[in-house]
Amino acid sequence: MARAAVVPSTRLAVEYWLLTYRRNWKGSILTSFLSPVLFLAAMGLGLGSLVDAEVGSGRDLGGLDYLDFLAPGLLAGNAMMLAVNESTYPVLGGFKWYRTYMAMAASPLRGRDILLGHFTYMAFRVTLASFVFLGVMAAFGSVSSPLAVLAPFCAALCGMAFATPTAAFVATRINADNFSTYTRFVIMPMFLFSGIFYPVSQLPIVLEQLAWLTPVWHGVRLCRALSTGSGMNWELAGHLAYLVALILAGTLIASRTFTKRLYE
Amino acid sequence: MSLIAAWGLTKQFGDFTAVDGIDFEVERGEVFGFLGPNGAGKSSTMRMIGCVSDPTGGALRILGMDPAREGTKIRSHLGVVPQQDNLDEELSVAENLYVYGRYFDLPRAVLRPRIAELLEFVQLSERANDHVEPLSGGMKRRLTIARALISEPEVLLLDEPTTGLDPQARHVVWERLWTLKRQGVTQVLTTHYMDEAEQLCDRLVVMDRGKIVAEGSPRQLIERYSTREVVEVRTHGQVTVMAEALRRLGESPEAQAREELYERVEELPDRVLLYTDQGERLVALLGEVEHESVLVRRSTLEDVFLHLTGRSLVD
Repeated sequence: MARAAVVPSTRLAVEYWLLTYRRNWKGSILTSFLSPVLFLAAMGLGLGSLVDAEVGSGRDLGGLDYLDFLAPGLLAGNAMMLAVNESTYPVLGGFKWYRTYMAMAASPLRGRDILLGHFTYMAFRVTLASFVFLGVMAAFGSVSSPLAVLAPFCAALCGMAFATPTAAFVATRINADNFSTYTRFVIMPMFLFSGIFYPVSQLPIVLEQLAWLTPVWHGVRLCRALSTGSGMNWELAGHLAYLVALILAGTLIASRTFTKRLYE
Repeated sequence: MSLIAAWGLTKQFGDFTAVDGIDFEVERGEVFGFLGPNGAGKSSTMRMIGCVSDPTGGALRILGMDPAREGTKIRSHLGVVPQQDNLDEELSVAENLYVYGRYFDLPRAVLRPRIAELLEFVQLSERANDHVEPLSGGMKRRLTIARALISEPEVLLLDEPTTGLDPQARHVVWERLWTLKRQGVTQVLTTHYMDEAEQLCDRLVVMDRGKIVAEGSPRQLIERYSTREVVEVRTHGQVTVMAEALRRLGESPEAQAREELYERVEELPDRVLLYTDQGERLVALLGEVEHESVLVRRSTLEDVFLHLTGRSLVD
């Protein structure tokens, strides 16, 4: 029975999530593909033709067609939505319905392996979906810089800046009662008012300043700069730092709430 | 040295004391049980042994190690069957074992033959590639036991292993646990079924309200805290009236000294229990007392629990 001591690691927890992903990757890729197709066709092309005719492509959109302005914004917004989905029900399920986390906790895996394992998988999911999104953008002809290949990673950072604090919060919940309120009244407003559909400079100054605080605005700025190749400056380092700081803070808080829930 | 040892082990949740300073030792190769009603502190104790819950007082050593410092190392030698199944219902039967084995960093080459062997052991070989979701409760329970064995643990922890199973499924699980016992696997289990404790445990502790109230083998406990036989008397009328009549019976001249006829009378809502070493003789005297039916049976751990706490195990 003597056996070398197990060295637990996050990698082993990630393996579990990848195994479950293998079961439904086709559906998930299809969704990641259809969603941008619909959005870019309806809003980028449909609404965009109107906007371009009225505004005259240029002035307020930084010299961009509406489609080219919208697409990278949606890339970041889409990453946010997906990350929020992945960090609400699946996380509560890990504690409560499927009890995946509890099964892991009984094994040599540590709390941090359980937490980081799931976060790593979420980041993987969001990155993958963001690459599919970028592919659709390219097919719509709205990618104009080779740097765009970095945009999905920034979108994933934007997503994780939401996923980590969301998971931290969800770990304190007994049931899913507040989830739809959270999506409708916290996430949805950010989706609508953070520079995805129009520049935040169009907003009253108070709302504009509020938008600067949201992670998604930073993600949108990064993705737009990378996909268009314009506005490449030090401002981008600030956006990156802001997102990374949020992810670190979210992970730190989540490690507390997860530990409390797992080992109470 | 004991495989598991606890001294004054305590678990508090705020003001509530779930486990109140208990001492116990588990030896290698034995099946050790915690018997008690729901809320007695069995699962809290089990979680501390499983190193997923820190004691708030006392000391605990598992395989000579301190769970507070070496939880990960200890857990790599434990196999856990939780009270609530937490199999992955979207994965197949075999994948559930595989993924759990990976948590222990066991390589695929080791896992593959072991999974086949374990599925054989729990009689689920034909279901290897099926989803878990449609399996019966008994099958899921057996799969959970197989999963706990994937790492060849030194100790198997079973929290209420057959709660919620039908009688037939229970017997299949028991039979598997006996086989493991014959193979020398140390098992620690909790149960609120006295028959399960009697069937499986070499040694057990009776828990009530966070404390251990008795310890020994099932036979020792029955000898110490109960009589050889129990006469159960039922009535259509009022139990208290009949109990009174039965007590007088013990004092009648024919019965001679009361102690000789029976040791104790317990009144339950629907019947009266007479604890005695001479059941048949007692029954012969019952004609004088009005009653509906009478039954003589062996003492069980249920009687031990009733004697120790004044309450039934299953409410």
